Amino acid sequence: MSTGEGASLITAPPKPVRNPLPRPAVLGITAAILLVVWGLGWLLISVGVLDAYVMSTLTTICINIILAVSLNLIVGFTGQLSLGHAGFMAIGAYTCALITMPFSSAFPDIEIVGFILGLIGGGLAAGVVGVAIGVPTLRLKGDYLAIATLGLAQIIMVVLQNLEITNGAAGLSGIPSYVDWNWLFLLTAGTILLVSNLLGSAQGRDIVAVREDEIAASAVGVNTTRVKILAFTVGGIFAGIAGGLYASSFYVIQPQQFSFMLSINILVIVVLGGLGSLTGSVLGAIVLGLVSTFLQSYPEIQMILYSLILVLLMLFRPQGLLGNREFSVRALGRILPIRTKKESKA
Amino acid sequence: MTRILDVDNVTLRFGGLKAVSEVNLTLEAGELVGLIGPNGAGKTSIFNLLTGVYPPSSGRITFTRDGKQINLGRKRPHAICRAGVGRTFQNIRLFKQLTALENVEIALQQNNGYSLFTAFTHLPPFARREEEIRERSMELLHRVGLADKALTRARNLPYGDQRHLEIARALATEPTLLLLDEPAAGMNPNETAELTEMIGRLRSEFGLTVLLIEHDMALVMKICERIYVLDHGVVIAEGTPDEVRNNAKVIEAYLGEDVDV
Repeated sequence: MSTGEGASLITAPPKPVRNPLPRPAVLGITAAILLVVWGLGWLLISVGVLDAYVMSTLTTICINIILAVSLNLIVGFTGQLSLGHAGFMAIGAYTCALITMPFSSAFPDIEIVGFILGLIGGGLAAGVVGVAIGVPTLRLKGDYLAIATLGLAQIIMVVLQNLEITNGAAGLSGIPSYVDWNWLFLLTAGTILLVSNLLGSAQGRDIVAVREDEIAASAVGVNTTRVKILAFTVGGIFAGIAGGLYASSFYVIQPQQFSFMLSINILVIVVLGGLGSLTGSVLGAIVLGLVSTFLQSYPEIQMILYSLILVLLMLFRPQGLLGNREFSVRALGRILPIRTKKESKA
Repeated sequence: MTRILDVDNVTLRFGGLKAVSEVNLTLEAGELVGLIGPNGAGKTSIFNLLTGVYPPSSGRITFTRDGKQINLGRKRPHAICRAGVGRTFQNIRLFKQLTALENVEIALQQNNGYSLFTAFTHLPPFARREEEIRERSMELLHRVGLADKALTRARNLPYGDQRHLEIARALATEPTLLLLDEPAAGMNPNETAELTEMIGRLRSEFGLTVLLIEHDMALVMKICERIYVLDHGVVIAEGTPDEVRNNAKVIEAYLGEDVDV
């Protein structure tokens, strides 16, 4: 023991040495990044780089980001394998369409209010379905839960195909379009921020505890059922909002667009980006969006190449592009030469 | 003395097998009691009954805290934990991917949480409440000697530290009754001695009542005030360490199979 330590037998516990950035700096940098991305979007639109075709790719990528982030919350962070994400999205899309269509003809002066109500309604409806399917199915684990969620999404699709109000298999068309870059940016960034806030909180630690060890989690007082329902509800709400965004972006929705394949595609993005990494989900959605756009020039071998890329990626990065690492503004403090007050005093 | 736990004629059946058979067991506030018996005697099953992993097939389990009687037999594990019964596991069950600090925080925040709105928005109470949770968790890690490993992932901790972390995590649930399932399993004599000292210290610091399953007889005989001996799901003896040591039934139960020397 070195000199001087003997006197401090009873010491205050040392603080963790995380060296994060101070809070105002975190908020500032986050706001700056968001502003730059938003401004860059408008800049590219104004110079004509983002034409209608590129814009529709961007829209798909943004919708996929929201879907992947919300599914990652359920699968990657809570550890509950769900194959029914397209079901939540379908509920959101149809609810949003069924609110905006009559609203825009009834109140043409304030039709944007109808879209806002449609998004909220779509999110809430999907959230309610999340609770409704969560309560009975969350006793199931692993593969069994996956099959149950798959079945429920299938039921939602069949119901939409047979209801009169949803116009059966033909679906709804002529949905008024309100989506521009502002909406895309607001909803995508908002989803990422809210979900990452949730995961960075006490409730987020509960969520990961359930994934890590359900028995231990309940033994330290975590209400595991409540945590799982929370994850399914929040995941469902954001998938529903993505559905509303989809309906308003592409004018037409049909039940078979929300099939099993869509759920799988979202899961592919999540796994490819990294289970348990929100950054990975964002990156996965962007990478796969760009890859499939690029492959559209080779329609004959498009699916073969797409599948081959997935196989190769999984062979060489089985943990996904990012594993469970995250981009974090707080952790920038380890790289950036910004000194906290305490350090500069010392 | 006040009675803190009353296990009254409790039986646990798995189909035709009685894992625990008409067990009576009581704990007075502040006691340190041992639960011993050969492998497969039903010790861990009793812990699982006490913590709600299994509901009893028959009988009653009553836990008393602040003069309020709570029937544990019908409660789920998280509710029993919040009522004031903390536990550790025979096969360590930490949140392996998470840091030591996060492991303790998860337990601590159950009684010190904040609203979902605050969690989503990180608005003002958030930073303060998180700081409180972190500080109190660090304090607990400090008490078990893990403060300097707070940011190490649980799976990277040495075995002995993992056992200590489990105890810190159980303490973070603010229990009045602590159930320790073989806390010294796999430890060398030095580590066991350190653990023995720590259990005694924590018990007085936190005003705990402790029920302890242990195969290390030296540890049990040294720190337990009373001992229950279980064999084939039945309590075959109960008393002070000396009484138990000289009990004919106990000697028979232990000599009936290979005894670890």
